[in-house]
Amino acid sequence: MEICDLTALETRRLLQSREISAVEVLESCLQRVRQVDGRPGALDGGADDPKDAGKVHAFIALMEDAAREKALAVDRMLASGEDPGLLAGIPFTVKDIFCVRDTLSTAASRILSNYRAPYTAAPVERLLKAGALMLGKVNLDEFTHGSSTESSAFQPSTRNPWDPARVPGGSSGGSAASVAVGEAFLSLGTDTAGSIRQPAAFCGVVGMKPTYGRVSRYGLIAFGSSLDCPGPLARSAADAALMMNAIAGVDPRDATSANVKVPDYLATLQGEIKGMRIGLSPDYFRITFPDAQGGGYRQQPLPPEMESAVLAAAEIYRSLGAEIIPDVPMPNTRYGVPAYFVISRVEVASNLHRFDGVKYGFRTDQTVSDLKDLYRRSRAEGFGPQPKLRILMGMYVSAAQYSEQYYRRALRVRTLIRRDFEAAFNPGGKYRLDALLTPTTPATAFPLGDVYGDSVLMQYADQLTVPANHAGVPGISFPGGIAADGLPIGIQLLGPDFSEDVILRLAHAYEQASAEADWRKRRPKVLEAA
Amino acid sequence: MPNPEEQITPEVFDHLVGLAALDLRADEAEYLRRELNSQLAAVSELEAIEIPDDLPLAAHGVPYPPERRQALRPDRHDPFENSGAILKQGPQTDESCFVVPDIPHTDLE
Repeated sequence: MEICDLTALETRRLLQSREISAVEVLESCLQRVRQVDGRPGALDGGADDPKDAGKVHAFIALMEDAAREKALAVDRMLASGEDPGLLAGIPFTVKDIFCVRDTLSTAASRILSNYRAPYTAAPVERLLKAGALMLGKVNLDEFTHGSSTESSAFQPSTRNPWDPARVPGGSSGGSAASVAVGEAFLSLGTDTAGSIRQPAAFCGVVGMKPTYGRVSRYGLIAFGSSLDCPGPLARSAADAALMMNAIAGVDPRDATSANVKVPDYLATLQGEIKGMRIGLSPDYFRITFPDAQGGGYRQQPLPPEMESAVLAAAEIYRSLGAEIIPDVPMPNTRYGVPAYFVISRVEVASNLHRFDGVKYGFRTDQTVSDLKDLYRRSRAEGFGPQPKLRILMGMYVSAAQYSEQYYRRALRVRTLIRRDFEAAFNPGGKYRLDALLTPTTPATAFPLGDVYGDSVLMQYADQLTVPANHAGVPGISFPGGIAADGLPIGIQLLGPDFSEDVILRLAHAYEQASAEADWRKRRPKVLEAA
Repeated sequence: MPNPEEQITPEVFDHLVGLAALDLRADEAEYLRRELNSQLAAVSELEAIEIPDDLPLAAHGVPYPPERRQALRPDRHDPFENSGAILKQGPQTDESCFVVPDIPHTDLE
């Protein structure tokens, strides 16, 4: 096992006791990048090259020199007895949807491919202040629009380290993959409909969507402003807790960030599980999908392997003294994706209007007749198909004559989804849950090219994660086994508002209880081959 | 041939493209129009739900009671410390202005 395969917490201990140096930690990660990543995603990356076979392609931009300079500074501070910070010397990657001062901050889109941000996003700022080493920007679906990372304008897009012929999930695919293969200990991603949790599940790592407002969105290039949540991807619940300690908290630059005290997430990891009430809902053991033959939508049971993993986790929690509460109704779960098609598209149509070729980013070099022509051509050439699709949908469903039928109706359905959670978590209600235990995804990672292009099928990959975004509640995905196809299975816990400490504690307890499981000894295919 | 049941006809689609300030190739337009109609079919699932008239809208999930909200910041001019860096991002600038083509206009008599 190399240094880069340790957890952030273990590495931090070794750094603080000066058994290893920050430079050694960094070099271990960089060596892993050189072994497995292959060429970074690039605009006009061209067709697949035989040399790409078996590579991960997590990065858009590797920032080796800056990271090395910081590592040296951390080592100097450690040598002189100064406190270099909570995450000092720990390499992390950043989903390229965050602005970082003086770096290209592209949103994986041609329209921002030349944009050098003049400021740094709050969560990145906090990680840097805590002494962490930013290794670089990693790939994502363009503007976070997707669930596979395939839509990135920076190709080749990221591959799943467990099977490079499969997607890593999305939109935080680069984040999940970079952590899964040990290129970094931590990654900062975003979750709008499941874009941290789903790739975490697909890549066999821990990913958490905090409560909406728990982590500042300042400096995050917006998709759905009422849905976007920055959050951690890591290889353990404890590492996710460590990262949350650094990034959570109110920020005066983001009016939606909540003025709620941040607990010490590490300290609360060891809390009691006995007596906790963990729910199972039949509505999360059914999956909805478009019926290609008959039209409309069908429901069918969750694949048995996914169900077994969740039920096995429930047994572990029961053995630890938790009470498992079955049959918790969450009847509006199936409307999460349809409502999301409306709400997110209205918000993003507005958010993407600023990209017009005038103030920053891509401008067409074709001759234009007037300003409107400039807008049209710049946006046509700058955006890929997924942003265009979302803008057009947003324009349609927000039209005045349809507002009752679509937008206002979807916002009311959102209330119903929120009320499902309120009923489940109400301390005075029938169920009084501390957390709801569910699968993260309807299936394991799908092959590259299999779903891309079918925007409805792609969105339904998020059907088990998107309700938490509508409701604003926190959710965490953590590995719960390996399926027969050799791919990771993710398990999800959803909790009441600002209960990140509880779901982290539960995820940590599961990890401890299943530490010796055979499936935990398996490694991603790209590491076996390296 | 457009399906008569499709909500987004080619005419409606062209109007949306104009509103969205986009310019699409024919093959791109057909793909996007088809996907929009598929998505609307998914959205139509929402029509099956009985929704009371007095059910409030949720602009966001998490409530913001007064103790959770931040205080409004002081009404104070707080300029960005490096406006030069912002201007430098402009595809075409002239001193402190962004240069753009002429805005479509009509001369009034």
